[in-house]
Amino acid sequence: MAARHTHRSRSRPGGAGFLGGAIGLLGELLLTVGALLLLFLVWQLWWTDVIADREQAGIIAGLDDEWGSVDQERIAPAQDGPPPVPDTLGDTMTWGTMHVPAFDRDRFPLAEGVSLEEVLNVKGAGHYPETALPGEVGNFSVAGHRNTYGRVFEDIAALQSGDPVVIETADAFYVYEVTESLIVNPEDVEVIAPAPGEPGVEPTEQMMTLTACHPMYSARERYIVHAEFAYWTDREDGIPEALASEESTSGEGTSDGEEAAGATGAAAAATALTTATAREEEN
Amino acid sequence: MYAWMFRHLPGPLWARIGITVVLLAALIVVLFAWVFPAVAPYMPFNDGLVGAAGHAPPTATP
Repeated sequence: MAARHTHRSRSRPGGAGFLGGAIGLLGELLLTVGALLLLFLVWQLWWTDVIADREQAGIIAGLDDEWGSVDQERIAPAQDGPPPVPDTLGDTMTWGTMHVPAFDRDRFPLAEGVSLEEVLNVKGAGHYPETALPGEVGNFSVAGHRNTYGRVFEDIAALQSGDPVVIETADAFYVYEVTESLIVNPEDVEVIAPAPGEPGVEPTEQMMTLTACHPMYSARERYIVHAEFAYWTDREDGIPEALASEESTSGEGTSDGEEAAGATGAAAAATALTTATAREEEN
Repeated sequence: MYAWMFRHLPGPLWARIGITVVLLAALIVVLFAWVFPAVAPYMPFNDGLVGAAGHAPPTATP
């Protein structure tokens, strides 16, 4: 076998052998290109998530150290006064976290700016610098990846009217409730206008906007979610009610709650949910 | 091309296989760490911003 192989390769320098060699080389180059494209997909669809998840977990751990822990079992009362204006620290700095109970990944960092390389690809969600801050009158707008790089807004299409979107800062939780979802063209900047959809109009409401790619794995359009400010709570008082239900909807608390709901009605169910959650946490 | 390269690697067969594996691993590291991150901004599916044509932050005001 070895002998035959040698013989064949020796015959190549001839005329037909040269053509065969060229075709063989072309084939190998095409295979190489195919392998490179596959590797790029692996990198884009999987490795960027691995890196970004690690990065985001580190950022959140750092923030929790810096801010101190929150009492997860206490429901903070909604505050009446004007919400504190968060300190955004400067371009590309992380100044908050977002909690979206409707998302699988329900907590991720929020940084200043929407630079892909410096914020969205590495840190999580990014605040459009020109827009309002949490709690302010205007349109607090945030961008995030829907695929790849940690895909913080992967489940953005799951948001329904009334779902809470919560911003946590060093001092406070800001609770927004989703009002509507839209699909727009990439150039439709009026969605992040101070009065959403009405550029040039003086804002009167405290709004929030989330922007992400649409459809999945494409950037042809944008998925937009508008939300309206509901209330804020002091971080020292514990977690806002909107996040308390987050924990009871995931895990074993749910089944307990549902049984209670059948027996004694919705109000009892809510209590059961809270107790179940508390029990879970004690264990 | 690859057959030619493989024949010209030094050492016995097991060493050449070893060298091939190491070279491939090094190639993947280089691609993942430098080449793909540099290429990714030119791909058309990563942009979730409004008002950003391409990949610059939105400078246009409404």
